[in-house]
Amino acid sequence: MHRIEVYLKPHLPDARGLGLVRDIHDLGITTVSNVRVVDIYWLDADLLPDILDLICRCLLADPVTQDYQFFTPPTDVRRSLKEQSPFKNNLSPFPYQGEEDKGGEVNRQSHTIEVTYNAGVTDPVEDTIMKAALDLGVEGVRAVKTAKRYLLQGQLDDEQLETICNRLLVNPIVQHVVKREAFEFPENPQYKFILNQVDILGLDNTELLKVSQRFGFTGDELQAIVAYFRQQERNPTDVELETLAQTWSEHCVHKTFKARIKLGEIAIDNLLKSTIMKVTEELNKPWCLSVFVDNAGVIDFDGRWALCFKVETHNHPSAVEPYGGAATGIGGVVRDPLGTGLGAKPILNTDVFCFAPPNFPYEELPKGVLHPRRIFKGVRAGVADYANRLGIPTLNGAILFDERYVANPLVFCGTLGLLPKNLAQIGKQKPGDLVVLVGGRTGRDGIHGVTFASAQLTEESTTVSYSSVQIGNPIVEKRLIDILLQARDRGLYSRITDCGGGGLSSAVGEMAAETGVRVYLDRVPLKYAGLSYTEIWVSESQERMALAVPPNCVDELINLFASEGVEATAIGEFTSDQRLQLLFHGNSVGDLSMQFLHGGRPQPDREAVWERLHYTEPDFGQPPDLAEALLQILGSWNVCSKEWVIRQYDHEVQGSSVLKPLVGKDNDGPGDAAIIRPVLDSEMGVIVSNGINPKYGEIDPYWMAASAIDEALRQIIAVGGSLHKVALLDNFCWGNTNHPDMLGALVRAAQACYDIATIYETPFISGKDSLNNEFEFEGKTISIPHTLLISAIGIMEDVNQAVSMDFKKADDLIYIVGTTQNELGGSEYFKTRGFVGNSVPKVNPHHSQKLMSLLSVATEKGLVRACHDCSEGGIGVALAEMAFAGGLGATIYLKSILLGEPIDRDDFILFSESNSRFLVEVAPENKEDFEQIMGSTSLAAIGQVTDSELLEVYGVDERMVLGAPLGDLKEAWQRPLRW
Amino acid sequence: MSKVRTLIIRAPGTNCDAETAFAFQQTGAIVSSVHVNQLIRREKRLSDYQIMVVPGGFTYGDDIAAGKVLANELRLKLGEDIQRFIENGGLILGICNGFQVLTKAGILPGSSNGGSPLLTMVANDSGKFECRWVHLLVNKESPCVFTRGIDTMYLPVAHAEGKVVADPEVLPQLNTVLYYTDEKGDNKAGYPYNPNGSVWNIAGICDSTGRVFALMPHPERHLRGTQHPQWTRQGAKQYGDGFQIFLNAVNWAKSL
Repeated sequence: MHRIEVYLKPHLPDARGLGLVRDIHDLGITTVSNVRVVDIYWLDADLLPDILDLICRCLLADPVTQDYQFFTPPTDVRRSLKEQSPFKNNLSPFPYQGEEDKGGEVNRQSHTIEVTYNAGVTDPVEDTIMKAALDLGVEGVRAVKTAKRYLLQGQLDDEQLETICNRLLVNPIVQHVVKREAFEFPENPQYKFILNQVDILGLDNTELLKVSQRFGFTGDELQAIVAYFRQQERNPTDVELETLAQTWSEHCVHKTFKARIKLGEIAIDNLLKSTIMKVTEELNKPWCLSVFVDNAGVIDFDGRWALCFKVETHNHPSAVEPYGGAATGIGGVVRDPLGTGLGAKPILNTDVFCFAPPNFPYEELPKGVLHPRRIFKGVRAGVADYANRLGIPTLNGAILFDERYVANPLVFCGTLGLLPKNLAQIGKQKPGDLVVLVGGRTGRDGIHGVTFASAQLTEESTTVSYSSVQIGNPIVEKRLIDILLQARDRGLYSRITDCGGGGLSSAVGEMAAETGVRVYLDRVPLKYAGLSYTEIWVSESQERMALAVPPNCVDELINLFASEGVEATAIGEFTSDQRLQLLFHGNSVGDLSMQFLHGGRPQPDREAVWERLHYTEPDFGQPPDLAEALLQILGSWNVCSKEWVIRQYDHEVQGSSVLKPLVGKDNDGPGDAAIIRPVLDSEMGVIVSNGINPKYGEIDPYWMAASAIDEALRQIIAVGGSLHKVALLDNFCWGNTNHPDMLGALVRAAQACYDIATIYETPFISGKDSLNNEFEFEGKTISIPHTLLISAIGIMEDVNQAVSMDFKKADDLIYIVGTTQNELGGSEYFKTRGFVGNSVPKVNPHHSQKLMSLLSVATEKGLVRACHDCSEGGIGVALAEMAFAGGLGATIYLKSILLGEPIDRDDFILFSESNSRFLVEVAPENKEDFEQIMGSTSLAAIGQVTDSELLEVYGVDERMVLGAPLGDLKEAWQRPLRW
Repeated sequence: MSKVRTLIIRAPGTNCDAETAFAFQQTGAIVSSVHVNQLIRREKRLSDYQIMVVPGGFTYGDDIAAGKVLANELRLKLGEDIQRFIENGGLILGICNGFQVLTKAGILPGSSNGGSPLLTMVANDSGKFECRWVHLLVNKESPCVFTRGIDTMYLPVAHAEGKVVADPEVLPQLNTVLYYTDEKGDNKAGYPYNPNGSVWNIAGICDSTGRVFALMPHPERHLRGTQHPQWTRQGAKQYGDGFQIFLNAVNWAKSL
């Protein structure tokens, strides 16, 4: 065994270390002046010193910037390392002492912390090093383990060191601090086959309850299972119950949405079918090619190509291990388009996060919960690292903050895919086709992820659920995408699906629902030995897809995959007997009828209630100067600039961007929606936007849902799109819907989806829900706010008609399209004053649909110079953003704004969040044409763009109520997240 | 005259191959996207092409250091082929990860001391991956054939390890092709104009022949006017600033 340390030459600054210094200062520990990071590699091998030197010189260390040292401990590692550390003082750019030296003379000015991954957690770097060593001609490296050693300079006591460890360096779910004497390469555990049967036929009710809890079944479900096996005259095996648990989980089957729900006098049989899916069915758009049946919804793009779109959540894993949870969230959703039709190329990502505010007090943090700042940073890094490596541009997203997301952060990841239109339909396998598993190997990662995702988090979750955290390796997925699309184009498989939640159990189980399948679990390639047949079947190891391959294509397919270093393994065959048969080394371990597996789940009955909550009506007076109020809203967590996040995503890869997330004179203004050109030699584009506003849901989830749809559509219109060909996705994240009031709120939101989307003629094409987002601690329950994310894609005939939101030219006219109501309930303005209010923004879809269509026509004719939708912070925020993004001032007269009802306060007019409104910049020479197209209703000229670098607003009584330099406004907006 | 044949090398984690291929196709070149394994197995031969490109991405995950593993693969398994390719007048272009690969393989700056690299790229001073647009000034003194007739360019960068570091003795001998500047053309401008802290604001270099060129910014992401981040303000030109790089390469190769 060899230990290698690689570190930057002492005179060079350490960027990783300096980043940590900033993070440590953020924790309130200001004594740390410097941090340097040493990369540690343990090689399980017996190599001569000159070979080790070769590995260091030619692989692990950069000869220009780094130094290295290696060490081969004598065979009795433990004793020797304990007795003497060979690394003391001679390696470090500054003197430091080991962490075990507490008993002796401790140098309090410098500290060292060494961190490594836990056993069983795969570090992707290890595979790369093994491969690269072989490239160098070095054989006999049996295993590699990496660690990081942090050298901290500055006065720190033990408590501070522990804080730094716990809050920044170590996540106990995947990592630990190395006690040097304990290091060793773990031996692979062996597995000895025993068929596990679960005796459910002989159990009484209390014992049955225990089985229900173990597998996450409801009482009715277990009754159905008992009845089934009684008929079979045998007990189920563990893997059969696991299969049923996965297949019937909320995550996989959306049982709440499909339940029979009673809300007062109304009886709803399947909420999904009677609201979301009903929109699509009734609109019956010919361009909807494949909806609600595949891993993503598919629409026509240009007659030759099709687009598919899916947004997933990865909330629970991100709560526990933000980096890995979010990274695998990306990995998972990217495999959705890849597993749609016969496979789509992922071409765009969108990510929406909901966190508790970054300044959440540490002392109020529930036990077992990571601080929101850490979750935020970890999630951002996980998303960026995975998506950037896959080469998928992240062009759209949003980040929202509310204290109630503290224990249940929400991480929505979405991917848009492009595939030939003739491959858009879900494939069909024939009996005799082989089940081929492709991509990464199977390990213990993510066991029980689905049942974990569907259950409530508790204080213990962060310690007990570690095996539910999947570990991602984006390069394995990238290889898989590259080769799969080649196999698709050669027509080597008849059907494809992704291995996501529920692993093989869900993927193969669903694929074979109509035919039947026989799977030989011992043929599944494993990362390491020791997995039981059940673990193999339910493992959620990442970067795997399942294919149905005709027997005559199998060799060509396996060879093709091998040519780019990707494993493809036949693990079973499709049958015609409509049974799921699982075998392990010749033993039958599972045998279920497909009819029972997919049709045997009893439809639950649920009670729902809905009663609107009433909040205190705000009673504060209008502030004399509204500049202060505007600055405060611009600097709020929800409204402030997210540039820090956006810049760390690659939004230019694939060379398709037309309208980027950051726009304007200095490339830092907040664009409304992103536009890409999916087919590089075509002028057609696709617009991607989203709408989300959980604050309105506190007042009425119906209007929250309506507002989310309106917002997503507004953004499409604002950038120059039309309502002509727009498709929607829904993602519901809710508290515990077993509570009737939570379920009632869900029903109302879903009803709004039907009512509003039908009139806008925008069909839903896919969706997902994540329920039970609540957290219990000390007997209290924290539920997340009702959160509905609406994601939209719109087809644009000509990308050259795109419009950005930044003001372009002094003396241009500023119009408002849409009427302003006294709708500040749930607004950012009320929030800054500590109120919720009751007057939630509503939507009049008949009216707005006309307005949006007219505005599209005006944009298409080139009459619109800039357009921005009014959302959080209303006209005030939209105006400020347009001004500082364009580097131009504006003068606005509130008395010209069209009011839908009398409003006697300037602040309410300026900050009302009424829906369906746009601020539009029009050149003076286009005034008449623009006004003619828009008609007189709901249109008003309210001011001009100026070259004054000043935003001036005159009140209803024509007095100036707001005058602020653009620099101040922009600074307030950029400051909070300038990390 | 026969068409110019361009080879785009793919490896696990390459992710700018499609748009780089598109850029060359727009110039009328014939483009083959080839996995590095195919070259190593001699299923494809470098000598069949006039232009070799190492595109952007995160080859082998950028594990250990950006571009390191592919650099070793090229150096150890294709080193002689590449040497001969350069001697025979071929052109080599490295973009972003390709720059990291070419320097770590010792192909750039074109070392004469037996393979030990003289120049490397390390983590950005900001400590972050950043995607942003940068102003570039072309060094008119450089022998680079890719940048002929170009004075300035506006291109995006997207990387975490783009800071050029070199031995002080090496610096004066470098053939620097591109400098980061501010919008006025000042090549001493600091962050964010110099997005990574590169010494001397170096954004791209070439070898002494001018035919081996690498840069951190992405010319393939600015081929047409609507890719410019300001096009909705300034109007869209037909071609983006990056297109000329590909056109120059292909025109040069046509004369081979």
